[in-house]
Amino acid sequence: MNATTSFTLNGKPVTVASPRDRMLVWVLRDELGLTGTKVGCEAGLCGACTVLVDFEAVLSCSTPLGDVAGKSVLTIEGLAHDGKLNPVQEAFQDHHAFQCGYCTSGMIMAAWAFLKKKPKATRTEIVEAMEGNICRCGAHVRILDAVETAGKAMGGAR
Amino acid sequence: MRRRDFLQGVAAGTLTFFFATPLGAAPIVPTRPGTYPEDFNAYLKISADGRVSCLVGKVELVDMVLGDTDLCPWDMPTGGSLTMWHTAPVLRGAAAEARAVLLRMASKALGAPVSGLTLKDGAIWVKETPARRTTFGELVKGRKMERHLGKVKPKSLSDCTLIGRRVPRKDALAKVTGAAQYAGDLRMPGTLHACVLRPPAQGQTLVTADTSAAERVPGVRIVRDGTLLAVLHAQPDTARKALALALVKGTFEGPEPDVDDVRIYQYLVDKAAPGQRVVISRGDIAAGEKRAATVVEGEYRNAYESHATLEPHTSVAKWEEGRMTVWASTQSPFVFRDAVAEALKLGQDKVRIIAQFVGGGFGGKLVGPGAIEAARIARQVPGVPIQVAWNREEDLFLDGYRPAAVVKLRSGLDAGRGAITFWDSTVAGVSQGEAELCYDMQSNRYQAPTVPGLHPLKVGAWRAPNAHTNAFARESQLDALAAKAGLDPVTLRRRLITDARLLRLLDLAVETFGWEPAPGPTGRGIGLACGAWRQGLVVALAQVTVDKRTGRVKTERFLEAVDVGLVVNPDGARQQVEGAITMCIGQALSEEIHFKGGRILDKNFDTYLLPRFSAIPRIQVVFAGTDTSVTQGIGEPPVVPVAAALANAVFDATGARVTHVPFTPERVLAALKLVPAS
Ligand code: FES
Ligand code: FES
Repeated sequence: MNATTSFTLNGKPVTVASPRDRMLVWVLRDELGLTGTKVGCEAGLCGACTVLVDFEAVLSCSTPLGDVAGKSVLTIEGLAHDGKLNPVQEAFQDHHAFQCGYCTSGMIMAAWAFLKKKPKATRTEIVEAMEGNICRCGAHVRILDAVETAGKAMGGAR
Repeated sequence: MRRRDFLQGVAAGTLTFFFATPLGAAPIVPTRPGTYPEDFNAYLKISADGRVSCLVGKVELVDMVLGDTDLCPWDMPTGGSLTMWHTAPVLRGAAAEARAVLLRMASKALGAPVSGLTLKDGAIWVKETPARRTTFGELVKGRKMERHLGKVKPKSLSDCTLIGRRVPRKDALAKVTGAAQYAGDLRMPGTLHACVLRPPAQGQTLVTADTSAAERVPGVRIVRDGTLLAVLHAQPDTARKALALALVKGTFEGPEPDVDDVRIYQYLVDKAAPGQRVVISRGDIAAGEKRAATVVEGEYRNAYESHATLEPHTSVAKWEEGRMTVWASTQSPFVFRDAVAEALKLGQDKVRIIAQFVGGGFGGKLVGPGAIEAARIARQVPGVPIQVAWNREEDLFLDGYRPAAVVKLRSGLDAGRGAITFWDSTVAGVSQGEAELCYDMQSNRYQAPTVPGLHPLKVGAWRAPNAHTNAFARESQLDALAAKAGLDPVTLRRRLITDARLLRLLDLAVETFGWEPAPGPTGRGIGLACGAWRQGLVVALAQVTVDKRTGRVKTERFLEAVDVGLVVNPDGARQQVEGAITMCIGQALSEEIHFKGGRILDKNFDTYLLPRFSAIPRIQVVFAGTDTSVTQGIGEPPVVPVAAALANAVFDATGARVTHVPFTPERVLAALKLVPAS
């Protein structure tokens, strides 16, 4: 029998029975059915699995379930409220900041975590913040534009 | 599916349009019988509820997902940048014809002449009295109709409301909310995740296996089909862990080639030598060489490169009632269907492929070895959905790479510096695709081998196959010739280009970039290259800085001027060009498969280096705006000249000629050492 682990997921309490060393990404995707979080490398190298834990961006492929016990986890599914997109989602949509879309969840989560702290970021700071996220389709320029736009929408007009 | 079966599936009360070969479209040479031209093409369907559907066997890697082999007519793969070329005229023709038919039907129903009717958004009404109206659905209801069309007369472009405008992407909402469903996101009840035991080296196969330790893990099942052995578990990570912990021990056999990523080039040259054949031959090379005043010799290489789609190959297969259904991440549902059918010795009608959202393809998902694995395993466990999702290591190991290649070139310019007197290429690794551009050459020869099994590693179609290798060699060599003859790269090309479209595009690129060309190296770090893919033409201009101490190349600015005829969706086209430039910055500067024998040393993105945000320059894209209704696809053309433009920019910055793609810092440092001190 596995001990259970409780945490807050997208604003609601959940308790899961997975082993505590199971990686969070599998708990989210496999056990809880939230497949918006993607898997690209399983080694902390691509950012596709980025989620927020207590508002910090973390790589869920490399975060054991035990680490989020009692904490608050936010995934791409939890960003929009009552059908209203979050400013980063909206900017990604407007800029068409993706092609295949496989990196998009991770990109949006990484950008959201960053902009919460620093909506007035410069382009260089945005590049640094997003460096860990890979986009194979080459949507980078649009992603940067979208993050800039979202920052402005969040009150970060420079 | 055959046309007859398809028709039986078409509900009564449906207007369906079938097409003969589209006029003006590309000549199509189907690889299999039973296909495009006469068999059937149902491209447009109007049902009794008034919905208009297009049925296309392609998949959209960036937009809608289509491609269900049971529901769509046979189609070619989504590759080669052919979709727009083939499909656009057909769909526009279908729509035009549907419009005419519906107007005639409405004219009868409403008792008004066609000329007095307005058609918009699924309804038709009498211009003068809009209350007299009907809808597509009402017109079609209760009837089963078929139209076979041969002639395509779409409405004139100036009347089009959508073509040429930015339209919001239909997949956007699903992708920004995480709702878009890729193959790995399917959650069918009872799914088992299968992880396949891999040999250490490509080409080796399983001989014996000891699975006893794995079998002790609760919930694990082992499936073996010949040399394929998989660990199955309801949890993907548990199945994977059983292999990672070496709970299955296998022995493998098969020869390993005696070669690695350093010796590969000599290996290819040696192995190709006895099979070299002349595939392009124009004019007299020896005579041309005698007339040459400036001669340049060059050897250009490129490494194996992976598609490395961010979503690894993923499929879910289910065997039920004698039929195999595979939900796959695929660029070519019909190729997958045929391959699965062949591997399982099933009739094609016993296999159904359903394409999902595709997390990147670039040619890598034209073939479906992962789908075949899923199907072979699923066959052994009837009724159970089997997911095979490769991890990154498997994806890098099992991919069919862009082939490594060596292009040896000798060429010469006449004393007047206005004519190429000879151009002589000997190539190993690729073929002549797009080797020639519309340059005036008095003599030209291209030799490439026909040697089966030339490559020690598995190779495949990588976005604009052959063309980028050939363009890299050709455009680098031209740059070297221009520099040696004291000409600037634009002047030399202007003298050589024989095609008005390319000349105009060159001017457009130079002007937009705001560049005053001068003979290189100028120290400014600006490089030019031209390229073609089928009808599509591209002129690329790159600006780089080179850190002479570390050898690191940084792309500062990149412009492409692109002529693909009519641009149907300008924003979508722009995205393709931006993406191609970005992707090929990786191709040019960092991406390389390292290997020893059949062992692939790159296991993940820590050594297989994709371009990240800091590598991205300022990107500009301009379209030639050619007024033609022929539309060439844009997935591939903008890939072709990128590496060459960057190499020429490195030369302009430093005087060093980098000839080996990717030009990693080490290779740049080596090239810098060869620059004569001035
Ligand atoms: S899947 Fe977690 S960083 Fe790549
Ligand atoms: S959009 Fe395909 S990986 Fe970013």
